[in-house]
Amino acid sequence: MRGIDRRELILSLAAAGAAAAARPLSAAPARASILEKPVQSSGEKLPLVGLGSWITFNVGDDPAARDSCAEVMRAFFQEGGRLIDSSPMYGSSQEVIGYGLARLNHPAQLFSADKVWTSSGGAAQIEESRKRWGVARFDLLEVHNLLSWEEHLPKLFEMKAAGRLRYVGITTSEGRRHDEMEKVLRGKPLDFVQLTYNVLDREAESRLLPLARDRGAAVICNRPFRRGELIQKFDKKPLPPFAAEIGCSGWPQLLLKFIVSHPAVACAIPATSRADHVRENLGASYGRLPDEAMRRRIVEYVEKL
Amino acid sequence: MSEWWTYRLSNFLLFSPRTYYRLFELYNAAIWPAQAAAALAGIAVLYCLLRPSRGRGRIAAVILAASWTWVAVAFLAKRYATINFAAVQFAWGFGIEAALLVWTGVIRAAFGAPKPRGARAGGAGLWICAFGIALHPFLGPLLGREWRGIEIFGVAPDPTAIATLGAVLSAAGRARWHLLVIPILWCGISGATLLAMKDSRCWILFAAAVIALFAAFRKRSTPSPRRAG
Repeated sequence: MRGIDRRELILSLAAAGAAAAARPLSAAPARASILEKPVQSSGEKLPLVGLGSWITFNVGDDPAARDSCAEVMRAFFQEGGRLIDSSPMYGSSQEVIGYGLARLNHPAQLFSADKVWTSSGGAAQIEESRKRWGVARFDLLEVHNLLSWEEHLPKLFEMKAAGRLRYVGITTSEGRRHDEMEKVLRGKPLDFVQLTYNVLDREAESRLLPLARDRGAAVICNRPFRRGELIQKFDKKPLPPFAAEIGCSGWPQLLLKFIVSHPAVACAIPATSRADHVRENLGASYGRLPDEAMRRRIVEYVEKL
Repeated sequence: MSEWWTYRLSNFLLFSPRTYYRLFELYNAAIWPAQAAAALAGIAVLYCLLRPSRGRGRIAAVILAASWTWVAVAFLAKRYATINFAAVQFAWGFGIEAALLVWTGVIRAAFGAPKPRGARAGGAGLWICAFGIALHPFLGPLLGREWRGIEIFGVAPDPTAIATLGAVLSAAGRARWHLLVIPILWCGISGATLLAMKDSRCWILFAAAVIALFAAFRKRSTPSPRRAG
């Protein structure tokens, strides 16, 4: 029911002409334009909400769970999503994504984002990851948790120069290694950085987000719900009255809209194992976004809960 | 690992509880009726420990070694490794434990010697072993897990480790630490995994490890049969 309500909401917002600059995606139904932001280094636009795979897609050989993940991906693409994120660290997630992509006949709008996560020998790992996904090449490769970034980044830039990769980035999570991330961000021409940013974890606001914007690096935000903790924390609490002004029908959308409305943020990558949740999450890619004043009100509201 | 103090237990959990429990459900379906054979083997281990003799000690050790080998290959390496890349290392650990059980329990026949009078650790060991074989498998279903995912001694790692701790402690003579290290480590690792999943069975594993350690230390102060005589 939540998904249907949100669809109606999106349609009404479309009628009001509330969407920002957008381009239609081939698999997205004809309706409200999905909100996108440009990757600064290329101008390519990406929807504000992507799909993470940490834990949720690590289902091993379980055929029913693999099919369920494929349905999550189907819903994600149907709602206009593009960026799917994974890592060799995420167990069977890459294989499960590859399984889902094959079942969906490799949707053209896929933006494949993966990582290199090894102390040495990144090339072999990247090739293994590519085979698991079943893609010709990755759109984005990031150095996972900055592990051996000194070795990996030059090779990733070589791949990009050779046309075997479109974008290069680095990641961290849960507020770790921000000093080192700042150092790399200042010294290297990164296309993307990925870090943890949500309504309660806002450490990145002070230095990294403004720096990323200045350096032309698009920011992907992981742990948007603190692995579900924020949803559990707020789920029984009432939404703030002003949530309706930006078309939010539930806490997930409000929490995501807070994240993606930061000027430096390109997208958030919530992970889920449920198709109805992915539809709800993608709802944050439609309608109005909070302005700076409303962002402050959201923080004040949740900090009082 | 940088900034290690910022990590929580849940940061190391790679899968959801649902996926973990489904793993056992699918595993049980795939290996049926091996569970029936494992249950009979567990009863045989208890009988051998209750009526110790050199021959029965060897039989118990063979069953325990076979159980650790089975779990290493059929569960850890083939199943658990699909969602946890550390499971391959765990499988090697289980294989080493199996080899140690063969060496100590079969070749050196250390499980069948008569017990000294008043050897409390041996008694505690029997209770721990009986718990691992007869009671622990039922905790999951009693806590709301599917019966199809029941974890049985001989084919699942947790009850196998608990029962082995008990069996080793029930043997006469000094504590055999080389046989206790891997089961105790496993109780810690698996207990931490369950704790991260908020599965209250973690406390059983932690308690088994602590009781085994305590019992083993007490065995050090228990006179050996030769000195007692």
